[in-house]
Amino acid sequence: MRGVFQRFMKTFAKLFSLLTVLSQERASAGGAVEFIFYFGDVFTPVNFGLLLLGTIGGLILGATPGLSPTMAVALLIPFTFQLEAAQGLILLGAAYTSTVAGGAVSAILLKIPGAPANIATTLDGHAMAQKGEGARALQLSFLASAVGGIFGVLLLIFLTPVLARWALAFGPSHLFWLAILGVTVIGSLDSRSVVKGLLSGCIGLWLATIGFDDIMGAQRFIFHPSLGGGINIIAALIGLFAIPQVITMFARGRRQDGAEVMRVQKHPIGAAVSELLRNRRAVGIGTMTGSVIGLIPGVGGQIAGLVAYDQSRKFSPDREKFGSGHPEGLIAAESANNAMVGPSLVPLLTLSIPGSPTAAVLLGGLLIHGIFPGTDLFDNHPDVAWTFINSMLIGQVLMCIFGLYVAGLAARVAQVPQSVMAAVVLGLAVFGSYSVQSSMGDVYVMAGLGVMMYFLERFGFSAAPLVLGLILGPIAEANFIQGSMIANATDGVMPYFFGGSLNIFLIAVVIASVFYSAWMELRSRRYTSKEEIMA
Amino acid sequence: MKKLLAGAAIALAGLSTTAVADGHANYPERPIMMMVSYGAGGATDFQARIVTMTAGNEDALGMPIAILNKPGAGGRVGWNWLASQADADGYTLGAYNIPHFIAQSIKGGVEYSADSFEPIANWGADPAVLVVGADSEFNTLQDVVDFASANPGKLTTSGAGLFVGHHIAALQMEKAGGFSMAYIPTKGGGAAAMKAVIAGEVMAGINNLSDAFRAREAGNVKILAVADLERNAFLPDVPTMKESGLDVDNSSVNFRGIMVPKGTPQGVIDKLAETVPAMFENTRVAGKMKAGGSPMHIMTRDEVLEMWAAREVTLRELLAGL
Repeated sequence: MRGVFQRFMKTFAKLFSLLTVLSQERASAGGAVEFIFYFGDVFTPVNFGLLLLGTIGGLILGATPGLSPTMAVALLIPFTFQLEAAQGLILLGAAYTSTVAGGAVSAILLKIPGAPANIATTLDGHAMAQKGEGARALQLSFLASAVGGIFGVLLLIFLTPVLARWALAFGPSHLFWLAILGVTVIGSLDSRSVVKGLLSGCIGLWLATIGFDDIMGAQRFIFHPSLGGGINIIAALIGLFAIPQVITMFARGRRQDGAEVMRVQKHPIGAAVSELLRNRRAVGIGTMTGSVIGLIPGVGGQIAGLVAYDQSRKFSPDREKFGSGHPEGLIAAESANNAMVGPSLVPLLTLSIPGSPTAAVLLGGLLIHGIFPGTDLFDNHPDVAWTFINSMLIGQVLMCIFGLYVAGLAARVAQVPQSVMAAVVLGLAVFGSYSVQSSMGDVYVMAGLGVMMYFLERFGFSAAPLVLGLILGPIAEANFIQGSMIANATDGVMPYFFGGSLNIFLIAVVIASVFYSAWMELRSRRYTSKEEIMA
Repeated sequence: MKKLLAGAAIALAGLSTTAVADGHANYPERPIMMMVSYGAGGATDFQARIVTMTAGNEDALGMPIAILNKPGAGGRVGWNWLASQADADGYTLGAYNIPHFIAQSIKGGVEYSADSFEPIANWGADPAVLVVGADSEFNTLQDVVDFASANPGKLTTSGAGLFVGHHIAALQMEKAGGFSMAYIPTKGGGAAAMKAVIAGEVMAGINNLSDAFRAREAGNVKILAVADLERNAFLPDVPTMKESGLDVDNSSVNFRGIMVPKGTPQGVIDKLAETVPAMFENTRVAGKMKAGGSPMHIMTRDEVLEMWAAREVTLRELLAGL
């Protein structure tokens, strides 16, 4: 017991010493102010034009289901062959920022998350749109995105050397515990029933095992060649979220009440700004969670939004309103997924290690111009590096302005009759899942999972925990296998997974999260009538 | 009558041969698609886009080549598709990675082997190198070998998965030196394996020369040896494993090139085999490849056929015990 206590103290001591390191870095990093000198470069006619093009194009691409930020950036790479290095990166950086934010549009209006980052946005965002508050939801989401995004880029500008060390601190054992922390969220993500949430999570974990496993190359549940690569996460997202809705819309259409047009309430932008200011807690939680998680290579972007959503619910006094169109959850999720953009580039820009698929694509965009990320980038090509980073900063503002401008128009999507809407969503779903890797197999997977989800939803299961299982399964598995291989060759499994301050800290958070969820469940049960639990 | 028939037959034969000849002489008549079995932005995808960017020039194919990514399961998804579902009409090409696809076909569970494809030409060769962290106590290959020999199975060495070039290099090192190490396959390719080395999660790593070169430029790693027959132009100061006393040849070198599915008309194969190597030699292509730190190695169809056959033999022997 005493030993455990001492270890805890050590962890805290380390965290405190980190603060001092942070302040020292800041004092010594006089070079970081350098970014100001390169602001002018963003505003040359060509550069600013590319920035506008990247931002607007990115919003449109991001709003299209199936076109994830990674794909949008990859599609743009060939165009940068003809541009100068800085220009190409402005285009790519702007597109990256605004596709992440643009994903919120389809998540809110159509309940189709364009990428894993937008899953949490659907939970409250779409509920708001259904109530006719689509414009308000979109405005809040773009404002929250801009706040989170700007904070993330500022972190990238000022704290890159420290953050790079942090990113490297996460080895296989830590990533494993982080994934387990994500698993503890699964149960509470479905606000109706913890048991059903956990069951959906298990289905997701099982689906994640399909295909050749990533490390050993073993074949699991491959009954058809098109399943060899496993369930594609984007195709699964589209199927699980969009198809049940399409079926419901068609079914309603037959009952003749589908033509009912929802009222779309206008919402002044000023009101959205003041609402965001009132929700400082959600913004703070979202931004911090997004920046910290976004930094960690290999996990980052996919779960930042979900973890932020869950955390802000745990800290909110109105936690029972989450899931029914409560803006707090939306704000937390959207500020988190844009806050992650800046820090997710830290490992790439400093260590030349791409921490996410999108960063890997950006690496290609740098290499094509003969620029190596790392010291070479900041020492020999500071104009390229800082113009790129500055353009992301200004890109956030432009993205917000355009987003707010289209919010009112876009919200009218809710007025489209349901029968028409169902057809459009179905078309987008097929197009989106096909375009991920130009494969009809993904379309069948999307359709199959969607029909399955329709029936599961009728029994009270929901899609979000299932998707989280699908995302976390491979992360937990791969890191466990890798960790245990390293452990077996060195100290042994127990010290490797349970020793070290970071491991202990993460395990403590996992335990706290489990107990908190259990306690909340028990408490809410005491106050809830039996019928509500059954429902 | 007989004469007439014979004349008609000759005419017909002539007609059909000219038709066939025409069909191939005019090839390509529409844009060509090239399948890359790794995701957009990866090293293979990146290089494939560069080497095909001049395909539309009149002195090359005269038609552009579009890249189609079919990633998944270490390349197996894409190569399965190329072997079993792609049209063998010359308008569907594929990028190959040696030794990956041959090693996978030996291991089994896939629908292809070296016989399922016809090589066209090779564009690049990325040798595997042995890297350690910048602050590692190992300074030469001999240091690493000494440690591995004294501590069997304790030298943790990262690489990008099983049955890829990195794994093959590790197996060859173990065989040549008579020691055993702990090979740690990572998920997420060479980048994740390199991160493990830089962060000190593993003691050493086997990685692509191009990525290791960049990591060394950034001051993050030391490169101790190259698993190739001769020193590389990018790293003239780094010895080969053979020079340092480990009998490791170039079987683990990651060769990248273009192939077509078996059954593609011979005329098309000949036309491609003739024009594609010249397309790779374009100065713009070479410039971009060099800027990206990607070593080029152009080989003709005949040379590639020979290389494939040699790999098949070496890999069968090496993987027999696994």
